[in-house]
Amino acid sequence: MTTLIINGTTRSFDGDLDLNQLLESLCLVGKKLAIERNGELVLRSQYAGCEIADGDRLEIVMAVGGG
Amino acid sequence: MNSLSIAGKTYSSRLLVGTGKYKDFAQTKAAIEASGAEIVTVAIRRTNIGQSANEPNILDAIPPSRFTILPNTAGCYSANDAVRTLRLARELLDGHDLVKLEVLGDPQTLYPNMPETLIAARQLVEEGFKVMVYCSDDPILAKQLEDIGCVAVMPLASLIGSGMGILNPWNLQIIIANAKVPVLVDAGVGTASDAAIAMELGCDGVLMNTAIAAAKDPVLMASAMKKAVEAGREAFLAGRMPKKLYSASPSSPLDGVIAAAKKSAA
Repeated sequence: MTTLIINGTTRSFDGDLDLNQLLESLCLVGKKLAIERNGELVLRSQYAGCEIADGDRLEIVMAVGGG
Repeated sequence: MNSLSIAGKTYSSRLLVGTGKYKDFAQTKAAIEASGAEIVTVAIRRTNIGQSANEPNILDAIPPSRFTILPNTAGCYSANDAVRTLRLARELLDGHDLVKLEVLGDPQTLYPNMPETLIAARQLVEEGFKVMVYCSDDPILAKQLEDIGCVAVMPLASLIGSGMGILNPWNLQIIIANAKVPVLVDAGVGTASDAAIAMELGCDGVLMNTAIAAAKDPVLMASAMKKAVEAGREAFLAGRMPKKLYSASPSSPLDGVIAAAKKSAA
């Protein structure tokens, strides 16, 4: 069991995941977004193979209307 | 040249607009079309996880292929949060590096926290970002931001979302006179005349959101703002007549005015 804090909310997943697999399980594949892991930006090219560890804090962001 | 040049790219519109506070994306799109703006700001926020997966995205309504998207750091109260946000934005927008930096001081005034703004600006420039920076109307700080390497300085006219217009035209004029990078008024514009005044003072552009989005008819106000920015720019280039208090000068010839009719004797 991997427990993560995603956008401030705690979530648990079965087994080991990389970022691509996580996005799949969150139905976010193909969306325009960007990800920070434990305060550090993760480039899109590095999602595959970016293994997520128990307790990781992820921020997954998108563009919204703003001034 | 009457085009606006920022970080080596030229734009025919000097009006920059935000995309917040609209009723829906259709209205956002219609207002932006009417404004003629080419540079459009967006905010960066947490994605909804596990809900409304097919929610429309602002970048579908305002496609980066047509508009220069200017991600902002609205809501950031520290240099670190602002820098993190813009790193995410650059990745989100496929390496696009023109950004709007704003570090806020408090939620009541949204006045910029200038010490944190300077720290963030330095860091972002070092990381290769092209930084357009929201700042106070302090001429010394504006110059420091330019010296750091910001590609545009954007002093407030008045508080964000206040619609109070230009409260300190004198400071703005000092900033404009000293700047070698574009100076844009960002925040505080309430109606078309405010935008025109900013441009008449010699600003290179105006950035606004609420003045359009919070108008009763945002699309019509967007059109008014487009004309105001153009009119103000033309008036600036034309060079206004000097003000002459107590020195009236008629516009029509003094000679040839018909004589007063004389009463004929009975």
